[in-house]
This record gives sequence, structure tokens and C-alpha cells, in this order.
Amino acid sequence: MNEGPRIGVLALQGNFREHAAMLRRLGVDVVEVRKVEQLEGLDGLVIPGGESTTFMRLMRLYGLEEALRSFDAPILGTCAGLIVLDRDHLDLVDVSVERNGYGRQVASFEADLDLEGDAVPLRGVFIRAPRVRDAGPHVEVLAEHGGEPVLLRQGRFLVASFHPELTDDTRVHERFLDLVREETGVRA
Amino acid sequence: MAELGTMRVKSGLAEMLKGGVIMDVVNAEHARTAEDAGAVAVMALERVPADIRRDGGVARMSDPEMIREIQEAVTIPVMAKVRIGHFVEAQILQELEIDYIDESEVLTPADTAHHVDKWKFTVPFVCGCTNLGEALRRIAEGAAMIRTKGEAGTGDVVNAVTHMRAVFGGIRRLGALDPDELYTEAKNLQAPYELVRWVAENGRLPVVTFTAGGIATPADAALCMQLGADGVFVGSGIFKSGDPSRRAKAIVEATTHFNDPEVLARVSAGLGEPMVGISASTLDPSQLLETRGW
Repeated sequence: MNEGPRIGVLALQGNFREHAAMLRRLGVDVVEVRKVEQLEGLDGLVIPGGESTTFMRLMRLYGLEEALRSFDAPILGTCAGLIVLDRDHLDLVDVSVERNGYGRQVASFEADLDLEGDAVPLRGVFIRAPRVRDAGPHVEVLAEHGGEPVLLRQGRFLVASFHPELTDDTRVHERFLDLVREETGVRA
Repeated sequence: MAELGTMRVKSGLAEMLKGGVIMDVVNAEHARTAEDAGAVAVMALERVPADIRRDGGVARMSDPEMIREIQEAVTIPVMAKVRIGHFVEAQILQELEIDYIDESEVLTPADTAHHVDKWKFTVPFVCGCTNLGEALRRIAEGAAMIRTKGEAGTGDVVNAVTHMRAVFGGIRRLGALDPDELYTEAKNLQAPYELVRWVAENGRLPVVTFTAGGIATPADAALCMQLGADGVFVGSGIFKSGDPSRRAKAIVEATTHFNDPEVLARVSAGLGEPMVGISASTLDPSQLLETRGW
């Protein structure tokens, strides 16, 4: 038996425990990441939902901003994680994002999403969610809501404006692990 | 079809605040200081609890104009308080599109027997508790987040610790009971049986559980996190101290790195004067805020 991949979850603040629980259900060895040295030897990283201003401040203080720029394994970013990766922040994913683009908490919602290449809809939970306003030519759209992209892939990055970790549906995390397997195959 | 205000959406925002610090602010400048320091949300109110305690009189919901100024000043979620049972203050805050309503014992209660029926609102509510039964009654009424109470406005963490131990200890005890003992335990707790059973089976409350009241230092915040809180509310402890910005930043770092004594030692150094505080044990029972809530 091969060992499962080793995936970090950025644990500065936010919904990291639920991501970790979901990854463990999928047989992953999970590491909580609060400091740069905890990035070593990871096959992938999840940047969870939370408050992006809090993330950015703590990332800068602990040198994680630079460390993530040079981190070369797959990254899954959800909600605040999408914002952290966008053109205005780490600039690793070629998208422009409007924070709280759907409005304040009273406008937070859940809705069924059509997932590319899958007949069964995916329940998307959007909490003060970011809205993708523009995506570059190398960004592939995997799901939309109201004609706007909400799940996107660019190379080794998978980003969602909703929270796959708040439902029991593991398909987004499974797609991320497919990416991790592809990349570890390439890097090996 | 998009569905608004589901329990998953309401409790979901609390999930995103975990591991974070929610700070009391009384104006836009405080709110910006809190946001810059890394607060995950701010609580907009006219007077911090220490001043409510000093001034006496009736404490009510804040002026909507002041709440709007704070909403415009920051991009992080803005919370505000209503009096216990004052559902019209809650209707007003929902109209203002506040992100979370705190039905709070820090304000003067409007009803001595009933809390707000929180299921009627799209906006989520956070409520305080001193023990497990009180927490479960609030959840039954629709609270999407719980905070254990301390004695607000004292800068003394002792009551926050007492109530966290009561709630988290109560949860551990439930887990040790035989399933057929849970019916009577629900009666003892004065809480719905279904919720009691859920807690016994899952070993936690069904919603995110922060702690509040009397937190004044990075060490206080880390203590609460190590005792099992999902995050902390800091009221008077920041803006009643000598250097609010620095203290706020230190408490944020301590909440993230709550298990890392090296970080805690570093961020605790040179913070200037803490809030002076009042020892909670010297308060007359009539001055206690934590006993409000039914």
C-alpha cells in the first residue's frame, strides 16, 4: 500500500478544522500550518475560509507570504483562500475578485451548482462570499452560479468562492487530491 | 434556487470566525484599529462594558447612525447587541444588514422570561451562556453561535474560565452517561432531549463556541483557547488599555498560536498598561451581568 499524500492546511484562523476532517476522511495525512517550517515536505496545501485581512496580516508577520510564493505543490483555496491567491494578493491565480461581492451576511446563501463533468449537482454554501469579476485565459471554469464562475482551476491551483468543507460532499477535495497525484507524479 | 438564512449559512459565518478575535469598538477609528490588528469581526456598541458598568442606567441597542459609520469603515463582519428579548431592536439591526446580532446580557434585559425567537430572522444570532443547559436553550431558540459569558467590563478572566469549565465539563459528563439516562438529564438541564442527545453523541455543541468577558491579555486569550474555546471576544480589555493597537495585535497572535509558549512569551512583552480592572469577586450580586439570561 502506498502512503496517502501529506497535505497542509493553513491554520492561522478560520475553517481549517473542517478541511482537515474532510481530508482525513479521504485518507490524507494532514498537517496544520502556522509557520514556514511546517510547509516542508508537503504534497499540497489548503487555504481555508476565514477572514482574508486576518490571514494576510498573520502571513506577513510569520514570513508565510514569501514562503507561499515559492511553494510549488498544488493549492486549494476556498473563499478567503481564493482572495489570498488572487491578482491583488499573492497573485498566483489569474483572477480578479471582489470581496463580499454578493453583499453582507443577510445575502449569504446556498445553491445547487452544476459541476463540470458530473451529472449530480454540488451544494454550494456561500458565506459573505467573494465574487470572481475577471479570469485570465488559462483559468478553467469548473462550476458557475448565475453565469459567474465559482469553482476554477489554473494548473496546480483549484479555487472556490464557496465552502465545500461545510457539506458532506467530498468531490471538490477529491478533485484537489487528483491534482496532487498528477503533480507528485510529475515531480517524482 | 438560492436559499437565504439557512442554519448552515448562519452557523457558517461563525465557522469562518474560528481561531479569531472579535473586538468591541465604539467608533469608526476603533473599528479600523481593530481591523488593522487582524480582528475577524467587530462588535459595534456605544459604550464598552466597563463604561456601562461605571455609568449605570439602562443600556440599549446602539444608534443606527453609529453602526452605519462602523459598517462603512471596515470590510470585516460587523456585529451589534440587542437587549435580551428585545425582538424589535433585532428587527432594526436586521434592516441595517448587521452581520451578526448578539442578544447580550451586557445590555439591560427587556424581558425577564423570554429570549428572542431567533428562527424568525435571516441574520444569525450569538447568545451568551454560563452552563450547558443555558447554551442548549439558546440553540433551541435558533442561536447560530454561542459565547460562554464572563463578567464583562471587569478585566478579570475568572468567570469566563468558570463558565467554560461548566460548559465543556458538562459536555464531557454527558458523553459518559448511558443513553437511557439522557432523558432525565435533559430534564435536569432544562434543554430539549434531541439537542442533549446530539451533544452526548458528538462531544461538542452543534454550533461554534467562543468565550467572552474579562479577557485583557494575550495569555487570557490563549488560556480560553486551550480550555476549548473556538475563539474570543475582547470587550473593554483592548480600548481601555494603554496601547490598544499593540495589545490588539498581540491578542490576535496569541489566539492563533495559543499552544506555542515561545510566541506567547514574545507577544506578551512590553504591551504597556493593561486595563485596570475590577476583581469580579468584589462585585455585589446585583452588579453582575452574567446572571442575566433565562
